[in-house]
Amino acid sequence: MKMTVLALLAAAEAIALRQAAEASPVQHVLVQMPLLVLAGVLISWDMRGRRRVWAVPLLLTALTAFLFWMLPRSVDWALTPAGETAKYLSLPLLLGVPLRLSWPWLAPVLRGFLKANVLSMLGVLGFLYTHAPLRICNSYLVSAQQDLGFAFLQLAVVLACIWAVPVLFGHPRWLPSGSAGCSKCGA
Amino acid sequence: MAARFLPSVLAAVAGGGILWLATDGARAFTSEAARRLDVLQSPRKVPEVLLEDMASRPVPLLPQAGEVVLVEFIYTVCGDICQIAAADFAEIRDRLQGQGVQVRLLSVSFDPERDTPEQMAIYGDAHEADGIMWTIARPEQKDLSGLLKLFDVTVIPDEWEGFQHNAAIHVISSDGRFSAVYDTDAVEAVVAYLGEAQP
Repeated sequence: MKMTVLALLAAAEAIALRQAAEASPVQHVLVQMPLLVLAGVLISWDMRGRRRVWAVPLLLTALTAFLFWMLPRSVDWALTPAGETAKYLSLPLLLGVPLRLSWPWLAPVLRGFLKANVLSMLGVLGFLYTHAPLRICNSYLVSAQQDLGFAFLQLAVVLACIWAVPVLFGHPRWLPSGSAGCSKCGA
Repeated sequence: MAARFLPSVLAAVAGGGILWLATDGARAFTSEAARRLDVLQSPRKVPEVLLEDMASRPVPLLPQAGEVVLVEFIYTVCGDICQIAAADFAEIRDRLQGQGVQVRLLSVSFDPERDTPEQMAIYGDAHEADGIMWTIARPEQKDLSGLLKLFDVTVIPDEWEGFQHNAAIHVISSDGRFSAVYDTDAVEAVVAYLGEAQP
């Protein structure tokens, strides 16, 4: 119940950011979109992905949605009416929910692999968006694109720190146990 | 055994297929690339629109009598890219003039309120657009959004009261179709394209 309310709050907040998303790619890609994913994670928080056999297909579904929304042309498309609807539906239902349902079943090595890939991807994107000589998204200014690049790099540093602590120093006692260091992403 | 792997294989195939379609077969990752590919594959019919040029005369957007029209969207007080693009546009004009290709170059303003004929003439003078082979023109306000939509040109206001836009050279072939997009500095490619179109 509590989680459902939180999920609805996250979704409402994401929809409230409509205008901001149009003006700033940072708000769009790094605030609104993650909020929609978070809504999906929270809504399925208490569901149990009961069978291990579904973990991999669910993870692949989540990865597909993730890669799709990482495409610059999808980000442009998300500002059109059709794309906006697709964004509101697919990010929670095809990324947040499957990620939450599959994560507990993933082996620690696979989780580490996914996290390492997220970090390197953020690094590459950050470099690309800060150095690209042309606009990658037609809907945003060059300066906004560079802001997004720096935000990607900052996020990579923050995530690297968060994920490195349990690996280097063991799991801190004050964090909820049973996860591989990522209590937020549904472990 | 098969039952164990089948869902994963299906998910992987479906996911790969979706991403393949979403990028036009890994060829277009940005909306700019997507528009260029789409125009090449299915040229778009350009409507009959009259523009107003530097001398307040009406000029047709559509090609007349077998010519090809090259269109750039600009605003005259543009600080950076339009100025460089205009220099390249002038070079294309000079090269094509030398080859005797039937072509007309149009710099179309997407800011018709500020870009009056006087203002366009200043821009034309600065870049040696004489109004014969290459002219600067503005659409009527009512035609503007339709044109930007047809050519898939996104114009967004920037921090300095100007605009940023996906600048490019748009080719309207002699059959009246918007059929190719080139980078503003792709002088060689445009000259080669027109050489083939009108040998």
